[in-house]
Amino acid sequence: MQQVNRLKPFFENITFDRDDNTMVVNFGPQHPSAHGQLRLVLELQGEEVVKAHPDVGYLHRGMEKMGENMIYNEFLPTTDRMDYIASTANNYGYALAIEKLIGIEAPRRAEVIRTMLVELNRIISHLFWLATHALDVGAMSIFLYAFREREFAMDLMEDYCGARLTHSAVRIGGVPLDLPKGWITNLEKFMFILDEQIKVYEGLLTKNRIWRMRLENVGVVDANMARQWGCTGIVLRGAGVKWDLRKEMPYGLYPELEFNIPVSNTGDSYGRYKLHMQEMYESMKILKQLIPMYEESESQLMAHAPEYISASKEDIMTQNYSLMQHFVLVTQGMRPPVGEVYVATESPKGELGFFVSSDGSPYPYRLKLRAPSFWHTGLLQDLLPGHQLADVVTIIGNLNIVFGEIDR
Amino acid sequence: MAQHKVNYLADGGAPIALTTVDKIVNFGRSNSLWPMTYGLACCAIEMMATGASRFDFDRFGTIFRASPRQSDVLVIAGTLTKKHAEFLRRLYDQMPDPKWVISMGSCANTGGMFNTYATVQGADRVIPVDIYLPGCAPRPETLQYALMMLQRKIRKEPAKLAQKAKRLI
Amino acid sequence: MRAYKPKDNLQKKSYHNDRFYIKPTLKRGSVYDDSTFSADYLSLSNIVEITESYIELDHLVIYIKPEDNIKTIEHLKTVRAYDFLVELSAIDYISSRGGFEIFYEMLSTSKRKRLRVKTFIKDGEAIESVENIFRMANWSEREMYDMFGIVANNHSYMKRILMPDDWQGYPLRKTYPLHGDEAAQWYEVDKIFGKEARDIIGPELRDAAAIDRYDTTRFARLGHEVPYGTDISDGNEPDTPIRYQEEGGVALFGKKLVTPFDEIESKNLEERR
Repeated sequence: MQQVNRLKPFFENITFDRDDNTMVVNFGPQHPSAHGQLRLVLELQGEEVVKAHPDVGYLHRGMEKMGENMIYNEFLPTTDRMDYIASTANNYGYALAIEKLIGIEAPRRAEVIRTMLVELNRIISHLFWLATHALDVGAMSIFLYAFREREFAMDLMEDYCGARLTHSAVRIGGVPLDLPKGWITNLEKFMFILDEQIKVYEGLLTKNRIWRMRLENVGVVDANMARQWGCTGIVLRGAGVKWDLRKEMPYGLYPELEFNIPVSNTGDSYGRYKLHMQEMYESMKILKQLIPMYEESESQLMAHAPEYISASKEDIMTQNYSLMQHFVLVTQGMRPPVGEVYVATESPKGELGFFVSSDGSPYPYRLKLRAPSFWHTGLLQDLLPGHQLADVVTIIGNLNIVFGEIDR
Repeated sequence: MAQHKVNYLADGGAPIALTTVDKIVNFGRSNSLWPMTYGLACCAIEMMATGASRFDFDRFGTIFRASPRQSDVLVIAGTLTKKHAEFLRRLYDQMPDPKWVISMGSCANTGGMFNTYATVQGADRVIPVDIYLPGCAPRPETLQYALMMLQRKIRKEPAKLAQKAKRLI
Repeated sequence: MRAYKPKDNLQKKSYHNDRFYIKPTLKRGSVYDDSTFSADYLSLSNIVEITESYIELDHLVIYIKPEDNIKTIEHLKTVRAYDFLVELSAIDYISSRGGFEIFYEMLSTSKRKRLRVKTFIKDGEAIESVENIFRMANWSEREMYDMFGIVANNHSYMKRILMPDDWQGYPLRKTYPLHGDEAAQWYEVDKIFGKEARDIIGPELRDAAAIDRYDTTRFARLGHEVPYGTDISDGNEPDTPIRYQEEGGVALFGKKLVTPFDEIESKNLEERR
């Protein structure tokens, strides 16, 4: 039964009375290509897109203003919800930014665990990308296969931190928990399975005629356009620019790890697809190098900086001053120095940056989250004209945009 | 959850006796619920995982339909923002009767952790909700349990061809 | 008398401040400590007037006048090889200094350096758009306008991007409450049902710490779901254990359509495969 409300049916979506014969189609905020809430208003000349106007903001939750009213530790789970597919990457970036602001370094084992989680999240994110992109383009069985592998990876994350999706597995100053027994064995088993399975996916897609026809020469981003729009990550590397923050401006453990940065010269969607697959291999390489590093490290998990970071649970439960300091840090929050910091890490989507302007109080004065997908969506304005309507779905899927990041 | 100032037991709340026709129709309806893909944010990923290989949603008879005109259940997965609330109401209105709503995750239930200016504090401020599913993000098994609860609820209702309005909104 | 809460800055403040606490500041180095940065600084100072500059945490921070922003960014891009404008936004200092501080975060891939250009404009002033130099400013300046109300002149499409088009107010200003002002709190109700429905739907429940009378004793009702409006006062609550299906299955014509779930006989995996 229709209930009375003020919304009247409207047909602003489709108008035919324009002189230049273009049709305006509204790719509404809810649509089945599973990318979240993007509203694209497309002007079509037949099947070809003449003008594209992306409209975002349907998932704007006010995270930056929230951050101004929360203490630094309290905001960490909120960063999870930005790029919700690879949550630990956001947490890690934020933790690195605050650690740089207060001037501490996480201990070795914590860095190893964090890097392991970040690379595992990179694999999870790329598997998800592959699944949804293939689903959009039409290869639906890849969706089920990739999700099966992703479930194994999420089991690993769940064994570690208890959550499948929004992890908050990292704390400012280190990690809260050590790896459980048998985690590394499971990780090795997972990598073994994944290695075979990526070959299966590549066998299904890489030389597939339909896949190549759908993806080659579609969505060509050249280096100039990428620089103009501030594209980073795979979009930039697909355009031929060899720029990966993990190698060029390294942070954390990346100076010690050996891995390659795949770069594609074509700039089209097919090149980016190959980069995603190749990056999964590189992440596995990194994980294999991290396993012996973990075993050799000593078991300190959180940095020792009593002014900013609480002590370990054993100390809190037994030592009086640790308990007092922990109480103050949890109720009032830590007070970093006055100043500003901007730290960028290489998340699976691109350069994820955190700008924190602190005025010495426990609450940040300004917290700006630099999300790579924001400008990748803006890029659609310039990228889509000239493509067919079917290519629009391919391009949106291929650019790996996540709406939690865009709208924050 | 919103606290609406309406008396929902206007029909007295008497126990309902179901006829065989009711039972057959309800059985059919409950075992072939077609959800509409209404994934908004992180819970959408868990909803997709529920529909994927390990936690198969297909065994309940559900097929995810993209169009509101062909779906029975609206699973609101993710944060509902004020910019989007209008479209949610539109899509809900476009669904034909009988329709049910599962509100998945904290953000859809009550606004969740986002107690800010741009978040609707609960999808039930805008549309009537049948099942509330807590979690952030709820596990796929939780979503399946919610669907089974919805199936039980459907089987208990008399299968009137035109549903009485559940709420004022 | 109630405590006076200043309305010009609604950000949460710490409730306990140590009277003798001196806030530490981040170390600011001189520009000449780093050779690349000093070359950038000297080259830029020939073009525009730099009011202040220092190096903070591997970033060169430069303060310029707001009129010079296009020239600065142009120069840094073309001459000093800062090929990425990574971030562009504003910080609200209206209550303390009467204006906004806009910052442009730039990255040079060839030199592997980051730099921040900052400028101060008063509340109500506008700034020139840098969209012609970097296209990313198209969206970033729209976001700045949406969140702060800072208009960028000569922008091709100065409209709200993250908030709905008919939103009143600029959310990230310090005077804007976190929970939204009246127009914000009733936005969806007004839009969909009209102002008359405000009473029926009721105000938003913004208090995260609100506890229902019955919740303290049974806050996890999973497994004890009852229809809405059932009496759940002490002792009267019907017991509904967790059940996946109706007890005994669903019967039709005497035959069972839905077989009951038997916990003991159904197969349970010992361990996840």
